[in-house]
Amino acid sequence: MANFYTDNPDLKHHLNHPLMQKIVELKERNFADAEKYDYAPLDFADAMDNYDKVLEIVGEICGGKIAENAEAVDHQGASCADGRAFYADATVENLDLCRKAGLMGMAMPRRFGGLNFPITPYIMAAEIVSRADTGFENLWGLQDCAETLYEFGDEEQRNKYIPRVCEGETMSMDLTEPDAGSDLQSVMLKATQKEDGTWVLNGVKRFITNGDSDIHLVLARSEEGTKDGRGLSMFIYDKRNGGVTVRRIENKMGIKGSPTCELVYKNAPAELCGNRRMGLIKYVMALMNGARLGIAAQSVGVSEISYREAKQYAEERRQFGKAIIEFPAVAEMLAVMKAKLDASRSLLYECARYVDLYKAWEDIARERTLTPEERAEMKRYTKLADALTPMAKGMGSEYCNQNAYDCIQIHGGSGFMKDYACERVYRDARITSIYEGTTQLQVVAAIRHVTGGTYKTLIEQYAAAGYPEPVLAPLAETLKELTALYDEAVATVTAAGDAKYLDFMARRLVEMAGVIVMSCLLLQDAKVSESFNNSAIVYVKLAQAEVNRHIEFIRNFKIEQLAAYGC
Amino acid sequence: MSLNIIVLAKQVPDTRNVGKDAMKEDGTINRAALPAIFNPEDLNALEQALRLKETHPGSTVTMLTMGLPRAAEVIREGIFRGADAGIVLTDRPLGGADTLATSYSLAQAVKKFGNYDIILGGRQAIDGDTAQVGPQIAEKLGIPQVTYAEEILGVENGKVTVKRRLENGVETVVAPLPCVVTVNGTAADCRPRNARRVMQYKYACSPSEAAKLPEQIAALVAKRPELTIPEWSAAFIEADPEQIGLPGSPTKVKTVENVVFTAKESRRLDNNDEQIEELIKELIANHTIG
Repeated sequence: MANFYTDNPDLKHHLNHPLMQKIVELKERNFADAEKYDYAPLDFADAMDNYDKVLEIVGEICGGKIAENAEAVDHQGASCADGRAFYADATVENLDLCRKAGLMGMAMPRRFGGLNFPITPYIMAAEIVSRADTGFENLWGLQDCAETLYEFGDEEQRNKYIPRVCEGETMSMDLTEPDAGSDLQSVMLKATQKEDGTWVLNGVKRFITNGDSDIHLVLARSEEGTKDGRGLSMFIYDKRNGGVTVRRIENKMGIKGSPTCELVYKNAPAELCGNRRMGLIKYVMALMNGARLGIAAQSVGVSEISYREAKQYAEERRQFGKAIIEFPAVAEMLAVMKAKLDASRSLLYECARYVDLYKAWEDIARERTLTPEERAEMKRYTKLADALTPMAKGMGSEYCNQNAYDCIQIHGGSGFMKDYACERVYRDARITSIYEGTTQLQVVAAIRHVTGGTYKTLIEQYAAAGYPEPVLAPLAETLKELTALYDEAVATVTAAGDAKYLDFMARRLVEMAGVIVMSCLLLQDAKVSESFNNSAIVYVKLAQAEVNRHIEFIRNFKIEQLAAYGC
Repeated sequence: MSLNIIVLAKQVPDTRNVGKDAMKEDGTINRAALPAIFNPEDLNALEQALRLKETHPGSTVTMLTMGLPRAAEVIREGIFRGADAGIVLTDRPLGGADTLATSYSLAQAVKKFGNYDIILGGRQAIDGDTAQVGPQIAEKLGIPQVTYAEEILGVENGKVTVKRRLENGVETVVAPLPCVVTVNGTAADCRPRNARRVMQYKYACSPSEAAKLPEQIAALVAKRPELTIPEWSAAFIEADPEQIGLPGSPTKVKTVENVVFTAKESRRLDNNDEQIEELIKELIANHTIG
């Protein structure tokens, strides 16, 4: 049986990034927990050894039972009866395994029964789970709702709910409604405060992943008469109290093991989480950012399995007297798949590290006042995380779709049949660029970092590092040229001062920034390990083609042509 | 009622992944070339023990292994999966034991441990495939044995109910405690290592391993008694020197022959009923089929 952690040395490469020292020291508050908890690390090396050992467990379970179960889960799918959702039998087995392995509540503080893992190794576990069973990653990964509960709930709520998550109870985020999809400001689910001060929820939610979970975070309208996001608050609904039923589950194209529920709330008792009116503006935004990073990880997992399945098939399948991998047309596809995989993974962990750093400072700020320097550092990392999260989610999910597509292409006719995993992977991949905000909405979130210069500053920092001959220095030179083209594109589009024109070009600009950022990251990876050289070369080629394609489009575009696009 | 459960486990060479260099010139096992693993059916036994612990709160699961000092790895693995503690029975005079000497040594260790309700072990180890050690321990302790167990259905009123998987079906038997139960590979898989327990017990070690630890870790092990995996010697279990190790092992290996399978001559048939019928008649005649 394969171990999905140890069979992939690239994971250890990312886990051992130099920034981890700082992340771990902040997260562990200089290892103060070692006095109180017998499973807390003694020092940095001990903590890293813990992550390594725990990821090995994740890799073993995923490479074994969970990967083995993926096909059965896909065939059986989740079901719905008597107002409840039910997992496929093998999903129940998967969840039980994860509970027994103690992989729930991984990032939660020890005082609530968690493992106090930084986001980076937790996200790595998410990637591994997704490679084994993409839909199962949703159920397992919803544990990061506990993060939001921890950040915004009061101490009583933390004590009540987080230990249950660490014990293995599942969560859901009940946001979407029939008329409130991407536009969450339109949420109508009604929260009513009773005379005794407690709240009840009434209404309908739709497309809720794992909607029959044990603990729900619910976005609801608490301020009667309001119509926008400022009338929404976040609530905790505990399934033990009853009041919510599953009306139906969706019949989906992929991730069939993850029940997508329509929920009916009938006087469902709920607790207000945090302050009124802050539900959407603050809490759900935080929740979504965490979830987006999760989808970015899920996407990398899909890219990984796509690449592996394709490579294995191309090596085994013989035509015209040789393995098809020996034909340049196939070899190129595989090299590009690998480059996209490596690029999106580098971006994922770069982003995860920034999330770790700003969250660690935020958490320290709950205990004491930060110094001005510390506050400045927190702000800087918050901004970087904010810039890289939509990029990692948006581009990572698009890449995994492309990789899943190419994986089938390499399988030829066999890939179109149900006999190989690639058709399931292809169906599972499709949702990643849609949920937790479509790629188009990730662009909306990212564009301000194009116009505001966050990406440019980051690219300059990467470029300043210096890269050795003979392989990397020329690539770095190419990147300088591409950066100049990016600058030109940004200047051209912003100079027009036309909001519609900017919206129209936004995806091109974000993609230009994205391919340059990911190229820089691959150069950094290759500087540490030559094993990334090929991906760096292939990806910079791809970046070059993309950037030139976009700049040509922008150079030759006249604003009045917007009308031809219906804009 | 709470139970004192002993799980017998053996560290074995991973014979499922045998490479070219698995055997030495003289026909003995080249242990260096084979990774040492937790005997698979002992893991099935451990799972049954851990389930009993869950249904009988307050129970303890103690692992017992005999082998080289490095067999402490098996104890750690068991603890990571949920066992409470473990003992390594290791001593030079115990080495070279056949099943008779092994079962005697383990039975002595069990006696030394005392106060046990149930002893669980795998049906057999993948290095020897004898399936003799479990039953022999029961004989030496003078307690009942249930072999080929697939599931322990329950413990009640001092009796254990066990589902056995036999060649021709399934049988449910009841045995009085204490007893020995050996578990089949068809039983439930063992649960995975638990993340928290791995972090908690990763430094658990036997005294001989502790000698090689860095100072900081050695201090930690000294401070936390649960991190010490005791090593028991032949003298400690009060074993008769004549019944252990080589002197206690009547089994003697005379010669070992390396068997290499080679393909026999092949015959090509044309795709017609006549030739196929002829072949079938021939196979029936030489009793290959029918």
